[in-house]
Amino acid sequence: MFMLKAAVLAAVVVNSVLADELYQPMGKIDHELNNAAKWNLTIFPTGKNLPEGSGSVRQGAELFASQCAACHGQNGRGGSAMALTGDVGSLTSEYPEKTVNSFWPYATTLFDYLRRTMPPQAPFSLTADEAYALSAFILAQDGLVPEDGHLSQQNIHQIQMPNQQGFYTQPRDNLQVMQ
Amino acid sequence: MTLRRRNFLKNSLLPSGGAMIFSLPFRADSQAVPGLPASMQQPGKPFSNYGQPSEYEKTVIRWISANAEVPGNGVSWSPLHELAGTITPNGLHFERHHNGVPEIDPKQHEFVISGLVERPLQFSVMDLLRYPMHSRICFIECGGNSNTSWRTEPVQSAAGYTHGLVSNAEWTGVPVKLLLKEAGVKSEAKWVVAEGADGASLNLSIPLEKLLDDAFIALYQNGERLRPENGYPMRLILPGWEGITQVKWLRQLLLVETPAQSRDETAQYTELMPDGKAQQFSFIMQPKSIITSPSVGMVLPDNPGIYQISGLAWSGFGKVAKVEVSCDGGESWQEASLQTPVLDKAFTRFTIGWQWNGETAILQSRVTDEAGNIQPSREMLVTEKGKHNFFHYNAIISWEVDPSGEIFHVYA
Ligand code: HEC
Repeated sequence: MFMLKAAVLAAVVVNSVLADELYQPMGKIDHELNNAAKWNLTIFPTGKNLPEGSGSVRQGAELFASQCAACHGQNGRGGSAMALTGDVGSLTSEYPEKTVNSFWPYATTLFDYLRRTMPPQAPFSLTADEAYALSAFILAQDGLVPEDGHLSQQNIHQIQMPNQQGFYTQPRDNLQVMQ
Repeated sequence: MTLRRRNFLKNSLLPSGGAMIFSLPFRADSQAVPGLPASMQQPGKPFSNYGQPSEYEKTVIRWISANAEVPGNGVSWSPLHELAGTITPNGLHFERHHNGVPEIDPKQHEFVISGLVERPLQFSVMDLLRYPMHSRICFIECGGNSNTSWRTEPVQSAAGYTHGLVSNAEWTGVPVKLLLKEAGVKSEAKWVVAEGADGASLNLSIPLEKLLDDAFIALYQNGERLRPENGYPMRLILPGWEGITQVKWLRQLLLVETPAQSRDETAQYTELMPDGKAQQFSFIMQPKSIITSPSVGMVLPDNPGIYQISGLAWSGFGKVAKVEVSCDGGESWQEASLQTPVLDKAFTRFTIGWQWNGETAILQSRVTDEAGNIQPSREMLVTEKGKHNFFHYNAIISWEVDPSGEIFHVYA
């Protein structure tokens, strides 16, 4: 990169030229970007990028009642926003319901999503402990975490979601069409 | 020098001349030539710094549908039934936001390419403006467009307010492949997580291949800088792909080996199939067409009469090859004319004249794209994808014209 930049500049200095595809690379190299929390927000199903912390179902119940139930209903059902719990096993029925517990393939997605945008009026306000507790509470509504259980960066990615095998994961329409 | 001086003199004369004209009394009707419209008998309004539509076009608006508790979560539909040509005016481009439209100062905005690259890079907006720019006209369609059409009864909202989560603009920006070359993609990298700087910090996984192909980071929309609701100061454009992938307010491209499995590529924007399994990563938007005029809610004034049928067609697979129109519910089809140029992965306007005999008629359009994909009937779509798919509805759209001239949305 440095050499490319130098070459371009040298060309400018020695002999002014006009050419297609001639441009100055402007990116500032910073290897710290790969470690900084603010540039590693995405939590992967392997658990990569999970922050330290833990929270219990019981703590989650309190948080949910005060911060979430107004829109999602008590226990995550029957509010103005979509249902989060229940309907496990409904996907092949006449009335399939896509809740976190019936549909989402990974529990890490729940943690990732809550932290970045719930509650909507205060994104990134939940601490890691709170996001683990809320995830635990939501999953516990359908027995995916025991009532006296807790979640942390050690175990949230080990949860087996009921619908984990319920997806066709190959990109559809195959990319070769583009070429 | 002389030129500037002359202009100066000319300008300095204007105020007094102008004042003289404006002081003339306005008379309702000219004595000299009777019958002229008022607009020809008086000076018009002065200049404007940013032009607005006519006062008489106030009803041509996006239709908003948002969550009652979260006003920044929802959509606004483009009024396709009110527009002509193929370019969507910037103020009428459809919107889908997950947590409102952020206000971003371009001087503060940071954009980063990191993860599996040799050199993680940071850019400012000013940095990106130094690169070679590339312009392209293409449509963007939300994966949830037309989703009320999965319901068992057809809704009777105006055409755009059911099918208008799609728009078409000229986008200008920097090819992503230039920036990826600069960063040096590592061989393990297969996917790229794009992330927005909004209150949803929306994150979505995109195959690296697409970013090395025709993807670009748009800074301009129809010649001006992006509108805030379209991602100001920068958004991703992935021609022909589902709207959700074209991340607005772009702050990062994170190169990784496997997808993030983010909420918007698992819980949402996946297609629930009849077997209860859901298809992820339905990136390419299928061929679709719609007659925008005449359409549901309009009334035909003459019975019988001759009318111009006009509509839009597009496909994420390439150019529109042909559009056929039926006025008898699909018994017979006539090829419509396509407005040129017909562009790759962009709106194509089609038109055809129609002599209405005054009896009940069902108007339909059907597009075939250059890859040979044909827009399916509703029956075919539902048979293949089930009743609960919710996303990617692209079936033929039917308008029933009554002998009274009223037009309804029907499933035919
Ligand atoms: C002011 C109303 C409101 C509050 C409070 C709220 N939510 Fe939400 N929530 C929403 C809306 C609206 C959506 C849909 C967002 C979208 O579609 O982009 C949503 C989506 C979700 C989803 C994704 C559901 C799905 O199936 O895609 C989860 C999980 C969730 N909320 C959890 C929570 C939790 C946990 C809290 C408390 C910390 C919370 N919400 C507080 C309104 C709210």
